[in-house]
Amino acid sequence: MARINLNKLDPQFKHRVADQPGGEGLKACFLCKACTAACPIQPLDKRYDPRKIIRMVLLGMKDEVLKSDFIWLCSSCYGCQEVCPQNVRFTEVMYAIKNLAAQEACMPPGLTAQRSLLRKHGRLYEVGEFENDKRFKLGLPPIVEHPEDYEKLLPDRPTGV
Amino acid sequence: MEVLLYLGCTVPIRNLNYEVSARLTAQALGINFRDLEEFGCCGFPLKSLNVEDTIVTAARNLALAEREGLDICALCNACAGTLNEVAHQVRTNLELREKINRRLKVVGLHVEGKVKVRNFVRLLWEEIGVEGIRKAVTRPLEGIMLAPHYGCHYLKPSELNVGFDSPETPKTLSEMITATGAAVVNYPSLLDCCGGGLLGMSEEVANAMAARKLIDVSKTGAHALVLVCPFCNVMYEGQQKKIAKSTGLDLKTPVVYYPQALGLALGMKSDQLGFKLNRIKPTGLLKIVEG
Ligand code: SF4
Ligand code: SF4
Ligand code: SF4
Ligand code: SF4
Repeated sequence: MARINLNKLDPQFKHRVADQPGGEGLKACFLCKACTAACPIQPLDKRYDPRKIIRMVLLGMKDEVLKSDFIWLCSSCYGCQEVCPQNVRFTEVMYAIKNLAAQEACMPPGLTAQRSLLRKHGRLYEVGEFENDKRFKLGLPPIVEHPEDYEKLLPDRPTGV
Repeated sequence: MEVLLYLGCTVPIRNLNYEVSARLTAQALGINFRDLEEFGCCGFPLKSLNVEDTIVTAARNLALAEREGLDICALCNACAGTLNEVAHQVRTNLELREKINRRLKVVGLHVEGKVKVRNFVRLLWEEIGVEGIRKAVTRPLEGIMLAPHYGCHYLKPSELNVGFDSPETPKTLSEMITATGAAVVNYPSLLDCCGGGLLGMSEEVANAMAARKLIDVSKTGAHALVLVCPFCNVMYEGQQKKIAKSTGLDLKTPVVYYPQALGLALGMKSDQLGFKLNRIKPTGLLKIVEG
């Protein structure tokens, strides 16, 4: 990683993360590294390191965090959360960070595509005659799409923010 | 008992063997699954974009269940986890509940968070119990060795599963396997996450995560890996060929859903239980059971 440019640090960043739903636990972190030791991604991709991410957030390295691809590598397995002595709930903190990234339009295109599918079909996979035919042959009841509520409940904005 | 069957998006389209076997075994054990046509996506895929959208989407489905006055049984760990988490939040956080109910007004719904949400195997474990299953078994799976995979969201976060299973030393699925008469195979990577959550981001890392378990299980000589979630299946069954190729190993570990194994023990035929749809045929297992 390039050296930190102190002028670019955003002292508000940690507060923004902590104010997101799920981000509340961030400030209780005392950087003990238990989360990193429990994380199954960290040994496979060194860019992803829970404690390092917290450190970056606390330092205010907003762009380095929000514009990175590595924040999307969390598998949300809750391994870190289970071992944390400070009840930081790091899995949820990661969602808070990703939500902020989405607000800045830094997210993988697949996620916005899924959101559009939910607004249109109320489910991730469109259900047509082919699918219901297969179900019928196995004696399963048909699936009927009910997208109405989804369209009304999810604002018509790509990230929903 | 009567309970609402929550299919989610994935199972009723991609995992019909899971659905068909769950319905048949539930019926045989006196669990009445009621379908609710209006159930849709639980909201999990929205969580990375906007946590509150997930909450409101899950709350919509919970509100529908509350209107029916019934608890929910889900086949997917992610559906069960998401709905359970949101039910807990709505129940315990009054401010959040009011906020979500303001959003739900546009669709004429109201949520209290009163509904209990459980994965099918958890429901079986709690309502029928190991003894109940044992008594119902007519064809014990003698000579069959099965390796359990619980999946992260079945066990964690543990704060949402108080009084249920332990994330470090889980036992419920293993006990349910034993109840069928099969032997449970233990292996070092039992607690590993499948990696499915990042398949879309990095197939390489995701495959590396799943590989460890597939290698361990194939070494044990188990007849199959037993799952309770369609997402875990994406990795262990769907990606297995690719993983075998990239690791150069001869992996042919059949993957079955728990109710498929249970159904066999209850005397049902493999055809009824959707085994034709298993992509890696559990030939050895079926041969011992059905001859
Ligand atoms: S385990 Fe908890 S306290 Fe320790 S570094 Fe990780 S988040 Fe911080
Ligand atoms: S939830 Fe994410 S950060 Fe935590 S251990 Fe799992 S992969 Fe690592
Ligand atoms: S967890 Fe997945 S399968 Fe289940 S309802 Fe949600 S999106 Fe659909
Ligand atoms: S093992 Fe993977 S798919 Fe299964 S519950 Fe865990 S993260 Fe989800």
